[in-house]
Amino acid sequence: MGFHYILRRLAVMVPVFFLVVAMVFFMIRFAPGGPFDSERQVPPEIMKNLEAKYNLDQPLIVQFGMYLRDLAHFDLGPSFKYANRTVNEIIAESFPVSVELGLLALVWALIIGIGAGMLAALKPNSALDYFPMSFSILGICLPTFVVGPLLVLCFGVWLDWLPVAGWNTWEDRILPSLTLGFAYAAYISRLTRGGFMEVRNQDFVRTARAKGLTEGQILLKHSLKGGLLPVVSYMGPALAGIISGALVTETIFNIPGLGKYFIQSAVNRDYTMVMGTALLYFALIFVANFLVDIAYALLDPRVKYE
Amino acid sequence: MLKRLILCSLSLGLIFSFAGCTQKSNSNRQAIHIGNGGEPKDLDPHITTGVPEHHIIQNLFEPLVSKDPRTLEPVPAVATKWEVSKDGKKYVFHLRKEARWSNGDPVTAQDFVYSWTRLLKPETAAEYAYQGHYIIGGKEFNSGKLKDASKLGIKAIDEHTIEVNLVNPTPFFLSLLYHHSLYPVHKATVEKYGAKWTRPENMVSNGAFKLAKWEMNKVITLVPNPHYWDRQSVKLEEANFYPVDNLDTEEKMFRSNTLQVTNEVPLEKLPHWRGDKTGVFQNYAYLGSYFYWFNVKKAPMDNKNVRKALSLAIDRERLVTFVTKGNQMPGTMYVPPGTAGYNPIPRLPKDLSRLAEAKQLLKQAGYGEGLKKLPKIELLYNTHEGHKKIAQAIQEMWKNNLGIEVELVNQEWKVYLDSMHTGNFQVGRMGWIGDYNDPNTFLDMVMTGNGNNLANYSNPKYDAIMEQAAKERDASKRFKYFSQAEDIILDDTPLMPIYIYTRNYLKNSSVQGWFNNIEDIHPLKYVSLTF
Repeated sequence: MGFHYILRRLAVMVPVFFLVVAMVFFMIRFAPGGPFDSERQVPPEIMKNLEAKYNLDQPLIVQFGMYLRDLAHFDLGPSFKYANRTVNEIIAESFPVSVELGLLALVWALIIGIGAGMLAALKPNSALDYFPMSFSILGICLPTFVVGPLLVLCFGVWLDWLPVAGWNTWEDRILPSLTLGFAYAAYISRLTRGGFMEVRNQDFVRTARAKGLTEGQILLKHSLKGGLLPVVSYMGPALAGIISGALVTETIFNIPGLGKYFIQSAVNRDYTMVMGTALLYFALIFVANFLVDIAYALLDPRVKYE
Repeated sequence: MLKRLILCSLSLGLIFSFAGCTQKSNSNRQAIHIGNGGEPKDLDPHITTGVPEHHIIQNLFEPLVSKDPRTLEPVPAVATKWEVSKDGKKYVFHLRKEARWSNGDPVTAQDFVYSWTRLLKPETAAEYAYQGHYIIGGKEFNSGKLKDASKLGIKAIDEHTIEVNLVNPTPFFLSLLYHHSLYPVHKATVEKYGAKWTRPENMVSNGAFKLAKWEMNKVITLVPNPHYWDRQSVKLEEANFYPVDNLDTEEKMFRSNTLQVTNEVPLEKLPHWRGDKTGVFQNYAYLGSYFYWFNVKKAPMDNKNVRKALSLAIDRERLVTFVTKGNQMPGTMYVPPGTAGYNPIPRLPKDLSRLAEAKQLLKQAGYGEGLKKLPKIELLYNTHEGHKKIAQAIQEMWKNNLGIEVELVNQEWKVYLDSMHTGNFQVGRMGWIGDYNDPNTFLDMVMTGNGNNLANYSNPKYDAIMEQAAKERDASKRFKYFSQAEDIILDDTPLMPIYIYTRNYLKNSSVQGWFNNIEDIHPLKYVSLTF
């Protein structure tokens, strides 16, 4: 992995970044309705005051210029909806929560997913295979908004072991991260199983088997790297998705994360917040894919970046 | 192996049961936990517009005149007494000398002059600035036509006396003072911190409580204001407002005793809670009306007979019983009964008893059997499960009762607002919650040229009656005018009432001093907990 490779990736990113900024900026402006439309129509003189306060009375291209200027200073502007907060502040407050939730969920997903997948690959087409795999089909099929409330009902309301909602103590983290991790665990288990099944029949594994190693030893020592490759490539989008796409989990457990802003800001026409979340998502995807490429180079001897 | 498994599950159980113990604070602390719908936009009384914000702000700031939550009658707050001139246009308020801000500063007449001027200043860009348009010069100053703030009809006679001059005698002015837009703010704090003055570390307020914590999308905590003039009445040590937008989550939090009061009850759980015998389920009429606008500028809605026929051909009783299911009152009137003591007569049928008349009206308009067929009507609502169910029920009623085809159009919230505000609809859904407790808040928006008159309806006779009502000081005469006004609009039918709102929520029996009223105001000053 060369320094040049990283530079090239960054260079490609710059025009894409500007394209994203421009597209999101103009698309949200062209959507009908504005940030201050509400059921109570504000009198025209008050609407004028509001537009002047947020510079919405300027020509669109001027507004775009102002936005770019602020962006160059890493200033994403004030939120239109939350009058006493800036977009920077909102993201700074909610992003760490989302990252924490996402990473915890990912840990669950990896432990359960890889565990189940390897178990299934150990003895294909046996009960050991069928049981975790049918479980994973269930996980893929059951949406978060079913799993979450079900867990809350069992552990929160009936058994009264864990809090039903909130984000204060470590107990608060258990149910949401499990809920969010569950769906990803299902995918990961199937990918793991597939990955290991493929490696199983390769020459180097056959050699290991001929040397008299047990299936378990082969699994852990020889096929681990190769078998996990599909999971690794899935991790990039999964990482970005799990951090930004936890809207349902956040709503069910009332977690102050970033997920709800992705939807709510667009619904509210909170222009600056829409831009902020879009750019953040862009950065997440970029970083996550970048990390995956690096991991690939480390795991797969065939992959080299020049 | 088995031994290890048992040990593991045992220790896991131990951890969880321990977790269960630490979760709830069931100690004898006067700390209330309230579900509050959404995250507040802000806590600046001049900037905010929403109901969740008001739930909090009414405890942080105190107006000149407050309200008794049992009767909704005006009660002295910062002002101990007040005089109204004979023509009803001049109010003089006498402020209590012991009123203090949460930093110990005295609350003065100048604070109110500053605050109301701030509300009206164009740069503040307050959406609710029109609550100050009742004051002389308010509207002109707000639109920038009047530059000199000293020309406004509000004067500080001395430290503790304020004179307010109004454009019209405004009989609901004392009630209006409870609206957050007319609350005072602390000048030095606002000027020092700008938009950030509402942060917990900066805010100075004059109400029974002060802001202790604001964690976005998590919790807002209030504690008693030590300098409040009536500090000994305040029993709560802490009040926590949780922005829980998911109703199922909120209900589960209530069931697990994390919340003592919820904001709502999920629709599908209503039958269960209605049957509950423990008394936690709360249900009462609310100052809101759910109705459909008819755009009178669009054929065939320009025909009064068509509109009236449509309004007479729905079964409101069935709709609230089988569709909305929240104990709502059928919309046989437009203004909610009990609004400031006004009780409108039901002018519309709650069932199909006047269906024959509806068919007759449609015939007069030139449509129906043997005549030409009414073209398909478009019914617009914003995408929402509840609105959809109502629209579907009405679609079916119009089809079955009048043979009219209706197409349902749902749009995303802001797109829907845009369509409604630009007159790009035939029939459109609307819900209106009163700004203040007076029939005027529902009726004045049907006047010609009012920005909220989405039907584009205009009737000089109606306008004349409403103008007379605006000048009338005698309550019973005013109500007569309102009654006449309602007569006109329910006959002309620019809008079709469907139901009167109700509030449904859950309240733990330990909560005392929390009174149900049509305005849904629950000042925490009166609230305490029993154990």
